[in-house]
Amino acid sequence: MFEGWDAVALARAQFAFTMSFHIIFPAFSIGLASYLAVLEALWLWTGREVFINLFHYWLKIFAVAFGMGVVSGIVMSYQFGTNWSAFSDKTGPVIGPLMAYEVLTAFFLEAGFLGVMLFGLNRVGPRLHFLATLMVAIGTLISAFWILSSNSWMQTPTGYAINANGQFVAADWLKVVFNPSFPYRLAHMVLAAYLTTALVVGAVGAYHLLRDQHLAGPRVMFSMAMWMATFVAPIQILAGDQHGLNTLEHQPVKIMAMEGHYQSHKDGAPLILFGWPNQTAGRVDFAVEIPKLGSVILKHSPTAPMDGLDTVPRENWPPVPITFWSFRIMVGLGFLMMGLGLLSAWMRWRGQLYSSRFLHGFAMLMGPAGFIAVLAGWITTETGRQPFTVYGLLRTADSASPLAAPAVGSSLLAFVIVYFAVFTAGVIYLLRLMAAPPHPGEAGPPRDVPARAAGITPAAAAAAEGAP
Amino acid sequence: MSGAVDLATVWAFIIAFAVFVYIVMDGFDLGLGILFPLFPRKADRDVIMNSVAPVWDGNETWLVLGGGGLMAAFPLAYAVLMPALYTPVIAMLVGLIFRGVAFEFRWRTQRERNRWDSAFFGGSLVAALAQGVALGAILQGVHVEARQYAGGWWDWLTPFSVLTGISVLVGYALLGATWLVMKTEGALRDKAYQLSWVLLFAMLGAIVAVSLATPFLSVQYTQRWFTWPNIILTAPVPLAVAAVTALLLRSLANKYDYQPFFLTLALFLLSYAGLGISMYPYIVPQSITIWEAASPANSQIFMLVGVAILIPLILAYTGWAYWVFRGKVRPGSGYH
Ligand code: HDD
Ligand code: HEM
Ligand code: HEM
Repeated sequence: MFEGWDAVALARAQFAFTMSFHIIFPAFSIGLASYLAVLEALWLWTGREVFINLFHYWLKIFAVAFGMGVVSGIVMSYQFGTNWSAFSDKTGPVIGPLMAYEVLTAFFLEAGFLGVMLFGLNRVGPRLHFLATLMVAIGTLISAFWILSSNSWMQTPTGYAINANGQFVAADWLKVVFNPSFPYRLAHMVLAAYLTTALVVGAVGAYHLLRDQHLAGPRVMFSMAMWMATFVAPIQILAGDQHGLNTLEHQPVKIMAMEGHYQSHKDGAPLILFGWPNQTAGRVDFAVEIPKLGSVILKHSPTAPMDGLDTVPRENWPPVPITFWSFRIMVGLGFLMMGLGLLSAWMRWRGQLYSSRFLHGFAMLMGPAGFIAVLAGWITTETGRQPFTVYGLLRTADSASPLAAPAVGSSLLAFVIVYFAVFTAGVIYLLRLMAAPPHPGEAGPPRDVPARAAGITPAAAAAAEGAP
Repeated sequence: MSGAVDLATVWAFIIAFAVFVYIVMDGFDLGLGILFPLFPRKADRDVIMNSVAPVWDGNETWLVLGGGGLMAAFPLAYAVLMPALYTPVIAMLVGLIFRGVAFEFRWRTQRERNRWDSAFFGGSLVAALAQGVALGAILQGVHVEARQYAGGWWDWLTPFSVLTGISVLVGYALLGATWLVMKTEGALRDKAYQLSWVLLFAMLGAIVAVSLATPFLSVQYTQRWFTWPNIILTAPVPLAVAAVTALLLRSLANKYDYQPFFLTLALFLLSYAGLGISMYPYIVPQSITIWEAASPANSQIFMLVGVAILIPLILAYTGWAYWVFRGKVRPGSGYH
């Protein structure tokens, strides 16, 4: 099997496939961990039962999503060696320490306190338990910090030298960690995670409000989620714009691909809204464009000249159609999210936040939008960097392991089968948990039970949730 | 140059430490999965699962540190070994997926619970076997040319690597059984005692078999173990194994709670030290030494600062988490 296939193409497909699955879970659990910390803080502060009910409701969902994030993440950390060994040898001295710091400062923190967060409320008491929740939430953010730093270094490498073995070595660690695209990527990704979570929480709230507008839990979660959408969606669009300007400075070829600029424009580039990038002919077919707007957005002047891919040798072109379209999907969804936020603010002002069926329907439809935008954003970023793994310095083709196609093909096939089987089941369990409304006494143990009290037994919990 | 030499050795010990902590922590937890089919009662399975549910994620994180640390401190070794071990590593990852999700999934469904119980068993079995096979494959050496692995994708499969695969499987099962002795009560614990006896003898057989086979792999190993003056340093290892075995037999006969588990750990530590004696200073046996594979000093120092501060901290809060969930796990004291 797979004789005669291109081993590097298979390795790329495998990396993209496993990475795309992995990012779905952190995008949700980074946001959810912070949300849980907020819920628990509100409960400790106000003592209102609805908050601890919501906390326990989302905690069960968090546990399932987090587990899937962990196992898919372990796959990622080993794949650098198994499939990108030449890359690992050359960049290990720079990227390796960043990822090692991620393990030391983030993964251990999350994992160490996760057990107490999930199972320990009646063993350690509310205050220590809150500390555990907080540690898990902080851990997820630290994790994003390091992994995005290493990814950003691959996009905009700075602070390095090259040694006699052809390896990248650090010349200045601060410049490596805080490379030019990193602050933008970190801000944009963390906001993305918060938005993604808010949209899921909002959709679940809306679903239950459509059945019964008076449920306390769904009202609270829907309202909280819509505040998030109202404020964070516009901020995210601003952050994305800034990120794009930064990319123009450091990775101009990626911007050409995102914008579909095959040709240079000496006196002002158009903004191509839609079209069909034709990579062989080097032009965008059926383009619908607004003259000069491209230069206005990117250079703040209608007549500013912009170079196109005609200034770049062909062997350095990214796969423009993918970069171009995934970028439009992300931006389109970003504006829809802002639309949802604005609509909810208006309904809130008119006192119809909990009764507008249209708003609830819209919020439910937008439930998965964050995941799609995150995937689209990453596909833009990563394909726009091609054909390099370290931008301008190390080619993807020179990064791969010396493996024959049958080896990589078989593992890719195995991952596809296993991921679909396992993660589909996981998503079904998640949806089932979300389909049941939070109910009073949601596995919430009394505040002052003795350390050894029996919790709610799993079987009873599963039955109460209506699992078959 | 001597400064750099020391750094590489320090890092070799750090990686070895991370891998050993991984073996100790995830070993018992994979062992429980391997023993799962022997405990068909649902109530027993719930207790077994609950005895590790709060800590398994932390246990597996040591594996991530081992891999990530290797990439950072010895990138060349990581780059050579991972493709050489391609099949076992992918198999291990797939196994870890199945067993990792089972912790949560089995509580989320009643109809499909048996399916996730099988996933827990199968995943643990495959992961343990793959780790053992990988160990054997490393010991027997891999084909390297021009800083790259230059062999095929089935080179790892030999009678020796199969032997080490089975040995690790048996060892993990023994750790799992003695963990159950420590954490459970009643009939469940009695059964764990019986299993411990059988598995202990199996593990001793495995240690003897691997010890006899290793010197045949290369002259380096033979010289390391059997020539003067090395033998002064190496002879205590088998003697200590014999002593620990005697203590372990006694503790099982006396039905102690804690001793069997910790003595089994001691057995693991000795076997592990034996491996270290065989391999040092090679990180890819017979082809790449730790100095050849080391990343530049500034990378290793940069991380050393973090390790020195963070590892003690990590051990402290991990210890706290184990402390919170100390004692026997009772049926019905479900954590969920
Ligand atoms: C909820 C998710 C989400 C939303 C609504 C948006 N983005 Fe985004 N975007 C991401 C989630 C994301 C991301 C997943 O976080 C990416 C991938 C890599 C990264 O750094 O951020 C990303 C990358 C990314 C890049 C690529 C940067 C690079 O690689 O150089 C640009 C230019 C933008 N975004 C711009 C925008 C704009 C103008 C948006 C306005 C509507 C927008 N994004 C909405
Ligand atoms: C932050 C950490 C990340 C790192 C270090 C990283 C690293 C890499 C590497 C080494 C490749 C080379 C393989 C190739 O070019 O095909 C790659 C490609 C790719 N990655 Fe990432 N990646 C990261 C995040 C992501 C995320 C979160 C996604 C999400 C969807 C993603 C999607 C892709 C895709 C689609 C490719 C294939 C690009 C192509 O082949 O044209 N990456 N990445
Ligand atoms: C190639 C890139 C990546 C690698 C090698 C990687 C590696 C890992 C590993 C090994 C774990 C499991 C940790 C554990 O044992 O507890 C994990 C989980 C996690 N990763 Fe990734 N990761 C990558 C990309 C990303 C990205 C781009 C993000 C987000 C910005 C991210 C955020 C997280 C988070 C928050 C977790 C905790 C588990 C969860 O939230 O579901 N990772 N990752």
